[in-house]
Amino acid sequence: MELFVASAIGVMTAGGIYLVLRLRTFPVILGMSLLTYAVNVFLFASGRLTVGAPPVLVDGVTTYTDPLPQALVLTAIVISFGMTAVVVVIGLGAFLGSNDDHVDDQTDDGEQEGQP
Amino acid sequence: MSLFFIVALPFLGALLPGIMNAAGRAACAGVTFTVSLTAFIGLLTNLPAVWRGEVVMARVNWMPELGLNFTLMLDGLGFFFAFLILGIGLLIIAYGRHYLSRDDHMGEFFTYLLLFQGAMVGIVLSDNILLLLVFWELTSLSSFLLIGYWKHLPEGRQGARMALTVTGMGGLAMIGGMLILGQIAGSYDLSVILQNREAIQADPLYLPALILILLGCFTKSAQFPFHFWLPHAMAAPTPVSAYLHSATMVKAGIFLMARMWPVLSGTPEWFVIVTTAGLVTMVLGAVIALFKHDLKALLAFSTVSHLGLITMLLGTGSAFGAFAAIFHILNHATFKAALFMSAGIVDHEAHTRDIRRLGGLRTLMPVTFVIATLAALSMAGIPFLNGFLSKEMMLEEATHTVLFGAWWLVPALATFGSLMSAAYCFRFIGHTFLGPVRNDYPSKPHDPNAGMWMPPAILVVLVVVIGVAPFLVQDFVSLVAKSVIGGTAELKVKYIKIWHGLVPALYLSIVAVLGGLLVMGIYKPLLKMWETTPRPEAKVIFEWIVEAAASLARWFTELLHNGAFTRYAMVGLVVIVAAGYHAWVTGTLGPVVREAQAAGPVPIAGWAMLVAATAGLVFLHRNRFLALILIGIVGLMVSIGFVFLSAPDLAMTQFTVEVVTIILLLLALNFLPNRTPIESTALRRVRDAGVAIAGGLGTFALAYHYLLRDAVLTPISDFHLGNSYKGGGGTNVVNVILVDFRGFDTYGEIIVLGIAALIIYALTETLLDGPVRRRLLNRVPDQPQAGDKHPMMMVVLTRVIMPVVLMVGFYIFLRGHNEPGGGFIAGLIVSIAVVMQYMASGFQWTTARLRYPYHGIIGAGVLIAGLTGIGSWFVAKPFLTSDFTYVRIPPFHEFELATAALFDLGVFLAVVGAVMLSLESFSRLARTQDAEDSEHPMDIDPSRKAGSVEKAGGT
Repeated sequence: MELFVASAIGVMTAGGIYLVLRLRTFPVILGMSLLTYAVNVFLFASGRLTVGAPPVLVDGVTTYTDPLPQALVLTAIVISFGMTAVVVVIGLGAFLGSNDDHVDDQTDDGEQEGQP
Repeated sequence: MSLFFIVALPFLGALLPGIMNAAGRAACAGVTFTVSLTAFIGLLTNLPAVWRGEVVMARVNWMPELGLNFTLMLDGLGFFFAFLILGIGLLIIAYGRHYLSRDDHMGEFFTYLLLFQGAMVGIVLSDNILLLLVFWELTSLSSFLLIGYWKHLPEGRQGARMALTVTGMGGLAMIGGMLILGQIAGSYDLSVILQNREAIQADPLYLPALILILLGCFTKSAQFPFHFWLPHAMAAPTPVSAYLHSATMVKAGIFLMARMWPVLSGTPEWFVIVTTAGLVTMVLGAVIALFKHDLKALLAFSTVSHLGLITMLLGTGSAFGAFAAIFHILNHATFKAALFMSAGIVDHEAHTRDIRRLGGLRTLMPVTFVIATLAALSMAGIPFLNGFLSKEMMLEEATHTVLFGAWWLVPALATFGSLMSAAYCFRFIGHTFLGPVRNDYPSKPHDPNAGMWMPPAILVVLVVVIGVAPFLVQDFVSLVAKSVIGGTAELKVKYIKIWHGLVPALYLSIVAVLGGLLVMGIYKPLLKMWETTPRPEAKVIFEWIVEAAASLARWFTELLHNGAFTRYAMVGLVVIVAAGYHAWVTGTLGPVVREAQAAGPVPIAGWAMLVAATAGLVFLHRNRFLALILIGIVGLMVSIGFVFLSAPDLAMTQFTVEVVTIILLLLALNFLPNRTPIESTALRRVRDAGVAIAGGLGTFALAYHYLLRDAVLTPISDFHLGNSYKGGGGTNVVNVILVDFRGFDTYGEIIVLGIAALIIYALTETLLDGPVRRRLLNRVPDQPQAGDKHPMMMVVLTRVIMPVVLMVGFYIFLRGHNEPGGGFIAGLIVSIAVVMQYMASGFQWTTARLRYPYHGIIGAGVLIAGLTGIGSWFVAKPFLTSDFTYVRIPPFHEFELATAALFDLGVFLAVVGAVMLSLESFSRLARTQDAEDSEHPMDIDPSRKAGSVEKAGGT
């Protein structure tokens, strides 16, 4: 179980990093979303993994999941939506303004010769 | 009056002139005058206590942890300066009311003036040196506004910038010096620091502190080599020059040297630095002043020279020197303010202040002539005027001062400075007022109305009174000097006398005055000589330094910040991975204490889907719609993982957020290209993949290792589990943490969310206002559009389902405290219900049925949450303390009432508002292109005739 969760975090991080390093806004936004998943799961996992425990307090049960990372991750998920939306609107504004969705400044960049 | 009021009044009063501006010039000046007068009277009410030798204190703790407290102190020295600042301020306000023309915005002027006045009063009354620094910087800023008041003049803007640069840099140095001083003394309170002379002077950091503080003082008081900004600040309106450069701004540095005199002076370092700087400034300023043709420039350099004189007196470190310095500050403030105002009158009436175009004004402006002549003669050091008294004391002190082992050096230079000073005073009188009447003045000069000449006249009366009957101010000056000296030296009882007997100072005085007359006699050849001598131009050097610093900064910035964001991301990622690797290699790893749990086929299947979707996303991301589907799968798998790992709250949140995020990205893709072209080279892709794999492996290793080990410190979660029901009244611990244990966090988070939504709204508005709007309107969609804008099935379904979804949201909200759910999740569910209406029935249909704007919903949410928190203050509990009780209303089951539910309501509203405002903003971009929305959003109106139904049904 632990191996699968950890490897899922690793795979999502790797994919996120690769996409964040792309040259257009949309893949970068996707990459950041992937990184967000990875970070949220990572934070959640810091409470260690518990399978099948009751989500709320029940009389007579002593094993629960760690609630604190859950609470923190819950707000993180909602905030990450807000931040994604801001980044998207910035990217969209830049594209609509200049008809160009490159992430990098185009004035002194030698790496994008091929495409307009 | 409390010292707080005296300092606060000008700041509070600064609001008034702007408001009163529309009420007319007299009202505007009147209200400013009243504010200043009130502060002035408030100061005078403290005079009896100060006269008795008491130190009036007022204290409010501000940030005691930092040693920064709002502590004010009024002793003799503070009173003296505050008296000058407020007293001369009153005269300046009266003068400025008549000086400013109708085109000048008077409210703005007086607002700046009052801000400046408040900052100055703050400096001289501060007991805490950190507070003093705050006011110090405020004077730099407000004087910047005052000097640049005539924004249309390039000289004004340049002068203001130069003054701000020089004094601001000095202020920066002073902050360092003050912090060192506070560290040595162990307190930032002046009253404590002033008691620690021995400890401070013995400290190895004394010299750095001294140099840094003196840098601040010298830049502010325009001492060599920082003297150059003051003449350029003369581009300001004359009332500003008269105020800043006679009694206030430039005296701030002098004030601080006097204030710190007991602890800093008396050492060889102090003596050499301060005396030398003062002496050089005095001579240099006097010589340059003699050859200036602009009346105000002449006065500016003479101010530089006199400030040098005072600095030199403070530098000698003797009680007599301090006494003379204080006396000269008083005298200089009176005659110099009068002179500036006279120069302003000449400029105002003759429309020029170029001395070469003036002369013979004696008969045309007799009143101004008398005022200016008396003030200038006082500055020249003519007996029976106050300038004579202090200048002679300065010469007396000079004869006792030995610098660099040469007994003649200081007296000779001081006499030379006085001689030049007398010369430019005579020139000021002679070339402006004496000589033949000319007929080529730019404007026919005559005396102004009494409102303009009265303020300088009052000062000149003081000049004469002090000059003739100096015993009147003897006690006052002694009192001030005593508070400067503190307990460090003895002060003789009587210093001020008109006749000291045949002492060396008298001979030097006579030499200076006669020499001055002689210089005037040979002025023309001297001027020719001066003009042919090459000199370094301070302004050019200053601009060269600024330009060099700016290009260095630009070069450095461009080196690091060249606009390639992918590079920054790459650098950051590599550093993070490298740091993690370093920690991995150098750290020690504890033993595995947790057993790995076995995974069944279902989790493995979910894992496989997640990995496959992620890999697919990476390889197929160029097809953007496909990428959206794939990232949706990843999010879905994460949500299911949360379910599986006993975190239903997270699962619900992730799932709902997933829905709105995908909708958002779809909306964005409506405008963005649908494909990402291949641009990066294969090499670059390999490089990125390398970094990505390294980062992925790092996080994998980190997560895997800590999952198999226990936390190093005991987690605090047991506290939450144990107290959730007892203290918070809920069995859903996650929700209780959100709304109760860590309610303050949540409160901050909903505010952040609200701000994010408002940013999106604002950016959309900006886009729609700009040139983008036309592009959007004329946009041709690159995808084929559906023939049926609002499919009937979807419209009907969403409308039927709406109450159901709202009910679910309501239910999730209510049960949140005890079962999985809560405000966040309920808010997202309700948002989805509303978004469905937008999607199915169209923007206009939904907007028309919207009763409250989303901004208001966000605001209401934050407000409700905040008020819930504030409510606990009324029962004397800290912010956001929650309470709960159980009630039973027959026939219902017993249920819980908790204040936390009210807080959760705030969260709910904020989430709904923020999500909806973001999505709505996006869809408004899309909406502009199909401006005409269908009259009937359902497109199929059941009430229509059969024929049209068939037509619609055919699509």
